[in-house]
Amino acid sequence: MPLLDARDVHGGYGGMNILNGVDMAIEADEIGVIVGPNGAGKSTMLKAIFGLLHVNQGEILLRGEPIHNLPPNKLVQKGMGFVPQEKNVFPSLTVKENLEMGAFLKPGNVKRMLDRIYNFFPPLYDKRHQPAGELSGGQRQMVAMGRALMAEPSLLLLDEPTAGLSPLYMNEIFEQVKLVNSAGVGILMVEQNAKQALAIADRGFVLAAGQNRFTDTGAALLADPEVAKSFLGG
Amino acid sequence: MDTKRADTVATPRRFPLREVILFAAVLVAVLGVYAAMGPAYSTRMLVEAACYAILALGLTIQWGYAGQFNAGVMGFVALGGFCAMLFSFPVNPDFWESELPGELGLALFYMVAAVLVVVGATRLDRLGVPKKLRTVIAIVLGVVLYLVVVNAFRGVTDQIESRAGFIGGLGLPVGVGWIVGGALAGGVGYFIGRVCLGLRSDYLAIATLGIAEIIKAFFKNSDWLTRGTATVSPLPWPVPGPAEVGFTLARALYFSVTAVMIAVIFFLLSRAYHAPWGRMIRAIRDNEISAAAMGKDINKRRLEIFVLGCILMGIGGAALASFNSMFDPQGYLPLNHTFLVLVMVILGGPGNNLGTIFGAVAVYIIWIMSGPLALFLMELVVTFGEGAFGWEAPTNMDSRALQARVFVIGLLITLVLRYAPKGLLPEKVRHHG
Amino acid sequence: MNELVFFINNVVIAGSVSGSIYAIGAVGVTLIFSIMRFAHFAHGDMMTFGAFMVLLLTTAFPGAGAAFGVPAALVLLPLAMVLTALLAVSIDKAFYKPLRAHGVKPIVMVIGSLGVTLMLQGLIRLFAGTSGQSLYVDDRKEIFRLALPFEGVRAPVVITEPQLYLFVITLLAVVGLHLFLNRSRLGKAMRAMSDNPDLAQASGINTNTIVAVTWVIAGGLAAIAGTLLSLDVTFKPDLSFFLLLPIFAAAIVGGVGHPYGAVAGGFVVGFAETLAVFNWSVMLRPFRDSLPEWLTQSGNLAFVGTEYKIVVPFFILVVILVWRPTGIFKGKVI
Repeated sequence: MPLLDARDVHGGYGGMNILNGVDMAIEADEIGVIVGPNGAGKSTMLKAIFGLLHVNQGEILLRGEPIHNLPPNKLVQKGMGFVPQEKNVFPSLTVKENLEMGAFLKPGNVKRMLDRIYNFFPPLYDKRHQPAGELSGGQRQMVAMGRALMAEPSLLLLDEPTAGLSPLYMNEIFEQVKLVNSAGVGILMVEQNAKQALAIADRGFVLAAGQNRFTDTGAALLADPEVAKSFLGG
Repeated sequence: MDTKRADTVATPRRFPLREVILFAAVLVAVLGVYAAMGPAYSTRMLVEAACYAILALGLTIQWGYAGQFNAGVMGFVALGGFCAMLFSFPVNPDFWESELPGELGLALFYMVAAVLVVVGATRLDRLGVPKKLRTVIAIVLGVVLYLVVVNAFRGVTDQIESRAGFIGGLGLPVGVGWIVGGALAGGVGYFIGRVCLGLRSDYLAIATLGIAEIIKAFFKNSDWLTRGTATVSPLPWPVPGPAEVGFTLARALYFSVTAVMIAVIFFLLSRAYHAPWGRMIRAIRDNEISAAAMGKDINKRRLEIFVLGCILMGIGGAALASFNSMFDPQGYLPLNHTFLVLVMVILGGPGNNLGTIFGAVAVYIIWIMSGPLALFLMELVVTFGEGAFGWEAPTNMDSRALQARVFVIGLLITLVLRYAPKGLLPEKVRHHG
Repeated sequence: MNELVFFINNVVIAGSVSGSIYAIGAVGVTLIFSIMRFAHFAHGDMMTFGAFMVLLLTTAFPGAGAAFGVPAALVLLPLAMVLTALLAVSIDKAFYKPLRAHGVKPIVMVIGSLGVTLMLQGLIRLFAGTSGQSLYVDDRKEIFRLALPFEGVRAPVVITEPQLYLFVITLLAVVGLHLFLNRSRLGKAMRAMSDNPDLAQASGINTNTIVAVTWVIAGGLAAIAGTLLSLDVTFKPDLSFFLLLPIFAAAIVGGVGHPYGAVAGGFVVGFAETLAVFNWSVMLRPFRDSLPEWLTQSGNLAFVGTEYKIVVPFFILVVILVWRPTGIFKGKVI
């Protein structure tokens, strides 16, 4: 049974559909990457999965259980974590407090998970008593991912985790995504840096105009000349 | 490109059934009051309702057109009332024939001079004075000169109070006071608007609530200017008074004056609403960011509408004070002069002038009638309580009964916001195409 | 030296008293602002309601304080806090929550809270009447006179029993709030929600719980402030509009959404008020001989008369809105 199985998802804001039938499935230990041009509905798909957007048609299953249109806090309980692209930390809370908020529904996790997060993201340990608003962009991204991991999700949704980061940090984030995945967390992320992202992807989904254009393994999509021509900039 | 045309084409003409029914209901209510309470009383009620309609129109353009919430209508009403009193009340010879006007003028001169000096001090940095030093100089000068001016005023005003009572009026035609009242209210509105309109909308509500209490406190305590709690009356009318033509006719004449005013304001407002200026105002209210992106000067437009609303409140307040023939600073209450107007606007339909007028008249009738009704109910309860349980009612039952109205107004506000957020006659927003 | 005592009595103590009241009120307003993003105009009446509950309870159990050696009102205050917190939560359920669910603009919430303010005012005055009443039903208000050990000082420093309670309770409330916000899970979640409500929801924080907790705290604090104010003077049912302006000014001065800023703002406003109505000519008396005559001759050198006290918070509000709308500590909610 796939970890996440979205079938023929339609949805949008205020009666206007942005998603016009998207299919997406990843297994428990996989990294899925959504790429595509601006306005293709990549982030919208992520929001639909996390219950931030009304799904009009189709279904989304988490380990076979339908979860579409559940509120976000229910989804967190069911083992899903979401890292928004922007405003993804609590700026006036310290790094440690940010992480604790991630485990709000599972207070028992805090002690054990804090150590694991500091292991994943060593720079955070030194800054744990600093307000997250004072950190650099890359470190904030780590806080954001750490926060989402605190609830021990089985599926982590990342919305453009490398947006606005320098290439140095970008590589670091990709490395950490792999590390998190190797610890047994399924990952579904939206990325602008399509080539690098597909390079670490088990599954790749190329969206355009709210529909799947290509769906394959990351490596196969990278090798496909048509994908390369239309979506990867040559 | 003629956008106005597109506007009208887009809405099919229909029979204004809702409007007709609601206004017919008001008419029936008015006739009912006439039958029950007699023409003199009922005409008075109509005049007051008309004055309130002017206030409500002022608030509906602020809240309905532009989304600005003014929580201090009372202050602007009091300013208008004060000007009506000051300009129309007969001249006080005790004051003008003494040397006091000169002294008061001197104090005013000191005040102007002090303001100029302080403003000058804030510009000292242009002469090469360091900015920090300039600020210190300006603040110290401001404090010292303030004390000097205040003391000069205290001296003069104490003299006025002890020797002449108060400065009296100017003996000018009533209309002058109404116009100046509007202007003064607009001026205060300009000041508040300049401070608050660029900020969160909550701040405007807080600031207007504050300025209203300050204006009231000023009038209440400035015996030299307003006779304070002693009140000033009788104020002259713009039409022949009851002494000359009898209550009903005099009030009917007054009513025709206010009705003409409402008609003129209504006409001008609808013109403005459909003009590019009105469209811009609504564009700003509905989507501030895109309006700003289109290059509209948001804060200037907002200031214009806020000041315009305050002017109307000043005029309405002046008309109300003249009609009551009395200026009583303590008679200005947030409930009667702010929240009652608010209920009229949100119940009638914010942004819809016709709805606002309907709301004003309907709510005022209910308001006036609820006083006797509340007392009656209260007495019923008391008699019942005494008879059935031997319960001894508190002595100040009358004033307590009136508090029930406070509760009802509050409840009405929350209920309308929840169940009829657009009022009974909603603003008709026209869409292109 | 007598002038110094006069200054202590009329400025230091009086300023701390009103500063404490404003601070507690402003903390509630600022917490509500940071969680629900609107200016809660019914706060003054929530304070009155808390004091009224104490009045009712003290009238019912006038002897409650004797066992502890404190006024009955103080013993019954926790109960009144619970009642006020309940009131706050149920008002939210009945009136604010439906508006929030409709996704209205914050300013509509403000109007709603004005409606609530009128309802509370009407109810309280219906039952309490409009005149002032003492909360010292069966107890005696102690007044402490501390003579200063200096030569030539005749006047004592005067401080009353409720003022002492006020200072102690304010301190306790601020420390308690600090611990709650920084140590407890719910307190941190509250700060998180104030920082970023969407992310708080995405983290699994139940925003309804946080809203309820906010009302409980704000209501409890309002009961404290209202009761202590009424203990110091008398219980007056119609204070609310005069409390609102200084409290909002304090919250904005401190930076909206910033609890410690609100405390500081409360004392800024409180002291500004007392300094403004203080008659400075008293302080000039010792230097009579070396000052120009026109300055010493005037008997009244107060900046504003007590009847215009309300001008002071308004002036502060205008200055802060013009000069630095985010407040001195840079508020989070702008």
